[in-house]
Amino acid sequence: MLKTDKTFYVDGLSIADGKAPSGPIESRWGRRESEVRLVSPANKRRLTVIVVGTGLAGSSAAATLAELGYRVVSFCYQDSPRRAHSIAAQGGINAAKNYRNDGDSVWRLCHDTVKGGDFRSRESNVYRLAEISSRIIDHCVAQGVPFAREYGGLLDTRSFGGAQVSRTFYARGQTGQQLLLGAYQAMAKQIGAGKVRQYPRTEMLDLIVVDGRARGVVTRDLVTGEVITYLADAVVLATGGYGNVFHLSTNAKGCNATAIWRAHRRGALFANPCYTQIHPTCIPVSNDHQCKLTLMSESLRNDGRVWVPTRARDPRSPDRIPEGERDYFLERTYPRFGNLVPRDIASRAVKRVCDSGRGVGPGGRGVYLDFADALDRLGRASIQAKYGNLFQMYQRITGDDPCCVPMRIYPAVHYTMGGLWVDYDLHSTIPGLFVIGEANFSDHGANRLGASALMQGLADGYFVLPNTIGDYLADAPFEEVDLDHPAVTATESEVRGRIAALLAVDGDRTVEEFHRELGQLMWDHCGMERTDRGLRSALARIPALREEYWQRVKVPSGGRRFNQELEKAGRVADFLELAELMCVDALHRTESCGSHFRTESQTDDGEARRDDTNFGYVAAWEYAGVGRPPVLHREELGFSYFEPTQRSYQ
Amino acid sequence: MRFTLRIWRQRDRDDTGAMVSYPVDHVSPDMSFLEMLDVLNEELVRRGEEPVAFDHDCREGICGACGMMINGMAHGPQRATTACQLSMRHFADGDTITVEPWRARPFGVIKDLVVDRSAFDRIIASGGYVSVPAGSAPDAHALPVSTSSAEASFEAAVCIGCGACVAACPNGSAMLFTAAKATHLGLLPQGQPERYVRAAEMVRTHDELGFGGCTSMGECTAVCPKSIPLDVISRLNRDLLHGQP
Ligand SMILES: Cc1cc2nc3c(=O)[nH]c(=O)nc-3n(C[C@H](O)[C@H](O)[C@H](O)COP(=O)(O)OP(=O)(O)OC[C@H]3O[C@@H](n4cnc5c(N)ncnc54)[C@H](O)[C@@H]3O)c2cc1C
Ligand code: SF4
Ligand code: FES
Repeated sequence: MLKTDKTFYVDGLSIADGKAPSGPIESRWGRRESEVRLVSPANKRRLTVIVVGTGLAGSSAAATLAELGYRVVSFCYQDSPRRAHSIAAQGGINAAKNYRNDGDSVWRLCHDTVKGGDFRSRESNVYRLAEISSRIIDHCVAQGVPFAREYGGLLDTRSFGGAQVSRTFYARGQTGQQLLLGAYQAMAKQIGAGKVRQYPRTEMLDLIVVDGRARGVVTRDLVTGEVITYLADAVVLATGGYGNVFHLSTNAKGCNATAIWRAHRRGALFANPCYTQIHPTCIPVSNDHQCKLTLMSESLRNDGRVWVPTRARDPRSPDRIPEGERDYFLERTYPRFGNLVPRDIASRAVKRVCDSGRGVGPGGRGVYLDFADALDRLGRASIQAKYGNLFQMYQRITGDDPCCVPMRIYPAVHYTMGGLWVDYDLHSTIPGLFVIGEANFSDHGANRLGASALMQGLADGYFVLPNTIGDYLADAPFEEVDLDHPAVTATESEVRGRIAALLAVDGDRTVEEFHRELGQLMWDHCGMERTDRGLRSALARIPALREEYWQRVKVPSGGRRFNQELEKAGRVADFLELAELMCVDALHRTESCGSHFRTESQTDDGEARRDDTNFGYVAAWEYAGVGRPPVLHREELGFSYFEPTQRSYQ
Repeated sequence: MRFTLRIWRQRDRDDTGAMVSYPVDHVSPDMSFLEMLDVLNEELVRRGEEPVAFDHDCREGICGACGMMINGMAHGPQRATTACQLSMRHFADGDTITVEPWRARPFGVIKDLVVDRSAFDRIIASGGYVSVPAGSAPDAHALPVSTSSAEASFEAAVCIGCGACVAACPNGSAMLFTAAKATHLGLLPQGQPERYVRAAEMVRTHDELGFGGCTSMGECTAVCPKSIPLDVISRLNRDLLHGQP
């Protein structure tokens, strides 16, 4: 097999996780916790930590750091920290509580997550995540998060994909909202107490690095347009995922890669950029002006059955198709997990049946998610209680009631497993720069299991980072830096220059047009299935599109005022660079694993075929300049507890 | 479908602002209200005119960023629906639609339809939480909660902080928002220790920020996209009374 293509990238030295703990897996995190150096309370009061982002990861970290006594400065681009996109998470959060006595354990949650990630994550990290999961639920309950409960007053759980136990805690279809409000309120308390300074409507546009250490951020006040620098002793990025590179995704309109991409350009390695999750159950695209897709939570697959007609292009409405002429293809192909196979597997199965002409709805891009059996079995009231708000959301968008007509669903971009490379301490390759939540690459390997992003964001923010950051800050105070420092003024003027350049083009195509074109290109060639040819054609097109962008984009004038088009223009400019790295990563990885499906590498029954010998590593990329081949640093993954096997859910 | 939009245009905080009419064409009934504004904005940008500023993010009714008066109604004519979820099939072809920002003393207009709602964050920061530092919690099953309390608490907890209640209230009161938080936490055992202080502090901040008093008109709950019930306000009032020395 062709292993590499050196024209697209350069081989660099391999890297290792310098903080990787050793010893029995069960005691690794405990050991690390007791080994990290401590910062005295008196010193904490003198140290400032910047936290960019107020999602589950950022809010929980800001609140906890302030509780510990640090001075915290927090930013978000929305008008309130409570609006971070974590608010939209629906289905639930995993925890190895084993309240159901169904055989769950830290070990099993770890196993499911490592296997779900197709053996492309670090087992130590995942074990820690599983270990902490229980404490997250305890903490959130104590904060007043109104989780669903059983009649006896105890917490209810449900099942999610890739698991055979019921370990997902939820608050109807609004789990993310309730968890985020818990974290937001904890941070609000600290804001009220003056320990967190929070700046909404403020976008980070660059990272300040002084003598090799991250020491601050350059921001733009989105109301006044002023470029303002904030300095600190450490910087934490919690800026979420980059799924919007695809234009259409389940992310919010403002989700962006700017913060992590700018940090990458300043030296932080970017790991596994091509691992992007396509979620199987989203509402299909309905019109050309659509700018975002809506997720229908995975929890629906607990009770909904996925099917298509056995005949291609069957014109009958679903109620006219008799049982014998329906293909419940997930149940048929994966009898053991049925409708609850992991997302990557379900998405590809849906794509395959649609490609074979059996899809339903406009353009044949959809499959049914049918609740008829569950309605018969459990009754309408019980189904409404579980999924009421999701059904309502579906009906608002499509005009159909899922209690009467089966839902139509199709896969959409949802989550990015890739992100900035961090070690076990969540420390990036730039000293003093920490990365948490979806913005880092840490725990999900090549495919994330449902209900584990909320778990990871909160584990990072409440329990891991607040401990590990102390080990770095124990060396503080660092060199005194003020706003006149040459590194500061140079970065600031680069930011100003970039804004001016965007405004100066004054071309004839809107930012949205470029974004749509880039998104389509990425969906076609770096989406659910990737081929050598497709990726090469994308790699030929992206630089040209980027060049055209800087010659033809039209942004309404005015850098020093509220200018939403300018905000968008900066984000799309960064997507145009990141997209290229994603394609390079996808092209270099000639194996299939998890969400990364290379058509050239599949088993006889069409499943992903991994190549552990050649690709059992994390690909951490170093920036070498726009359009210049990036440098690949490999971090080999070792498994001592979870033997990599070919994943099977059949 | 085609429409005439009459939209409030205001350059910045200091501008006096005015209504401006725009025709929009080729609107499909599947589009959301905000997607229609996107189409108008792309057209304006192409023509070299200033696009209409409006807040939005999730586009699925949960972040609370969007919000505008549509034909005089907060979030438009559809009950329990945010502006981003409002679909154009609820309007008739050829309609003239009036679009204005939230208007309330503590919500200054920043630009066009964008207002400053940071007052809401200040209300929460003054007491809308349970004080529990990370790492100090007992096992989650240590405190069972009856399903009825959990459900009622949840009903109040789903507030998205959009501000429609304030915009719709003739007194510019934010009592529905404030009471929703007091009720969410006040109905749970975890929220008991701070219950009365929480209510008193949040209401004090509410009043200081210049929100009006509640005279039980009920306009708030009628426009609330999350159908927060009016009785959360009576509950808050009881907590306030109880907390008085
Ligand atoms: C529709 C949907 C449903 C989901 N459902 C589930 C689920 O049921 N269970 C589950 O486990 N996971 C779910 N996920 C995934 C999960 O919600 C996210 O991965 C997680 O919430 C991300 O949290 P975060 O804190 O990392 O980032 P976010 O919540 O995205 O927060 C990012 C923050 O960064 C800020 N920011 C970004 N860029 C900048 C910048 N340049 N300058 C300043 N600030 C910036 C934003 O303002 C925001 O505050 C879902 C995701 C989606 C999209
Ligand atoms: S109470 Fe309703 S209208 Fe008021 S902010 Fe909350 S969700 Fe919006
Ligand atoms: S854009 Fe989030 S609620 Fe409307």
